[in-house]
Amino acid sequence: MRLNHFLTRHFVLAIALLALPFIIDALFGHGWVRITDFALLYIMLALGLNIVVGYAGLLDLGYIAFFAVGAYTYALVSSPQFGLHWPMWITLPLGALIACGFGVLLGAPTLKLRGDYLAIVTLGFGEIIRIFLNNLNAPVNITNGPQGISAIDPLQIGSFSFGNSYQWMGMRVDDVHLHYYLFLGFTLLVIFISRRLEDSRIGRAWVAIREDEVAASAMGINTRNIKLLAFAMGATFGGISGGLFAGFQGFVSPESFSLMESIMVLCMVVLGGMGNVGGVVLGGVILVALPELFRNAAGPVQQALLGKVVVDPESLRMLMFGLALILVMLWRPAGLWPSTQRRREFAADDSVLQQEQETVYDASK
Amino acid sequence: MTQASDRLLELVNVGKHFGGVVALADVSLHIKQGEIYGLIGPNGAGKTTLFNVVTGLYQLDSGAFDFAGKRYTQCKPHLLAQAGIARTFQNIRLFANMSALENIMVGRHLRTHTGIWGALTRHAAARAEERDTVQRARELLDYVGIDRAHQTLAKHLSYGEQRRLEIARALATEPKLLALDEPAAGMNATETVALKALLQKIRASGITVLLIEHDVKLIMGLCDRVAVLDYGKKIAEGVPEEVRRDKAVIAAYLGGEVTETPRPQAGEGLG
Repeated sequence: MRLNHFLTRHFVLAIALLALPFIIDALFGHGWVRITDFALLYIMLALGLNIVVGYAGLLDLGYIAFFAVGAYTYALVSSPQFGLHWPMWITLPLGALIACGFGVLLGAPTLKLRGDYLAIVTLGFGEIIRIFLNNLNAPVNITNGPQGISAIDPLQIGSFSFGNSYQWMGMRVDDVHLHYYLFLGFTLLVIFISRRLEDSRIGRAWVAIREDEVAASAMGINTRNIKLLAFAMGATFGGISGGLFAGFQGFVSPESFSLMESIMVLCMVVLGGMGNVGGVVLGGVILVALPELFRNAAGPVQQALLGKVVVDPESLRMLMFGLALILVMLWRPAGLWPSTQRRREFAADDSVLQQEQETVYDASK
Repeated sequence: MTQASDRLLELVNVGKHFGGVVALADVSLHIKQGEIYGLIGPNGAGKTTLFNVVTGLYQLDSGAFDFAGKRYTQCKPHLLAQAGIARTFQNIRLFANMSALENIMVGRHLRTHTGIWGALTRHAAARAEERDTVQRARELLDYVGIDRAHQTLAKHLSYGEQRRLEIARALATEPKLLALDEPAAGMNATETVALKALLQKIRASGITVLLIEHDVKLIMGLCDRVAVLDYGKKIAEGVPEEVRRDKAVIAAYLGGEVTETPRPQAGEGLG
């Protein structure tokens, strides 16, 4: 019964999601399906970070490190680097587990830190991981240093590879389509987990810590364990996303995991709506799609208007990105699609002000 | 033996200092099961410091305290909450952006057990526990008299309602000892009368109450016994009427005698 109801309600959405890659393919071409795949990976990352930043209120600026850990785990055990070719159903959970371990490793020493200080330490952690990956090619070559690891095995289950093209019922299904469905499945799983956790005893404990850590501990919440749990959950999502990224891309190198990427994921969370799963998904979609749009549009538009390309589309892209962020923060400080709670938080002060003004007005009458 | 067993909380020579400032000096006192115990004293006397020590927010420097038959010298706040000490704060510390109901549900954290697995699968036991948590939270809102406000964010409640919500949240942890830090501060006369009735109701339900308060009328009308702190020392203890006439207490409050040392700035810390 419940399942039935759920299916009818989400039937249209499900059809739309299933058809999406082919619609995009038909309208915009192959490249955009690939971008959609990346959007899904970023959404997973943003949802993981949302647990740490949005729910538990722990500002993490080195989150991309867990993505890197997941990606390199996959790369090391499924590539010619060590001659290992482990299947994905071992590699992905392994990456998630190791990332989870790193989450706890980062969480443990930072338990007493809050706000700015926590941000600085996590930022350092993110950089340490990247620099390690960059330098672990000597004296023993593990990560292959700045050259990165290439020829990584594609994601595959048995003999079915997501990296191939198949011909089904006269329809050509390419790797980008197949990856889309795989990533969509994982993303839906991550969304499901996020929402279930949010509305639970654990989720409430996270929010309580965000609101007032001292009061939370006085109410009997073991703040150490609950914070570590937030770090671990967030890192696990990052690790899964990283593994998928490595299998999809077929190549990883340290430069994919720069501070800029951490900030990008954080922007998705903040811009979309901290603490709200829907908002974070929206943030991910926008921040992946918009820069690509600019990249494609900036050149031709300048050509048409000015007759030549004045500003390099690449730099213009970052400029517009910054501008968009500022505008959103000015007009929708709670994010594009805030949780009902956040909306109340921000709206609140206006209504109180209004009430007070009305009272004053009544009194003066 | 029988005399000791009716003592719920006993402080033995508890000392706490911040750098050179002595906030608590060899304070010994005991609170009996089922009584309302008042703690008074001028600002900076060390009342809130004492609260923070017995709730684990500060670690004491000397002495120890016994609670419900167990001795503590170093302890984490959540373990003391687990043992049965719940508190409110002098400057209200609610979870401002959670609803009144959610605030109390957080208070139930300690007495519920659903973990990650339960949250994800929502198996029968987890659902039952969640229902029970909501049910208990509603009852407690009703109990403290703000049931109509359950969806309101804590920060939008009136001051008096916030104080009551804090009490409800503390009660949600099923405490043996409820420690209230100036619950009547900032309340008007009507609210204070209602608070008094609430505290009597709480005591009648079998919970021991430890109360810091400046409202002398409230203390006198409510407490079974009172201790007076000044400069971090206990200067008097007894039934309210006795304490009220105590010379040292009058001197401490009214400055009857000129003290030879300048008043130390005892840190009230979190309070």
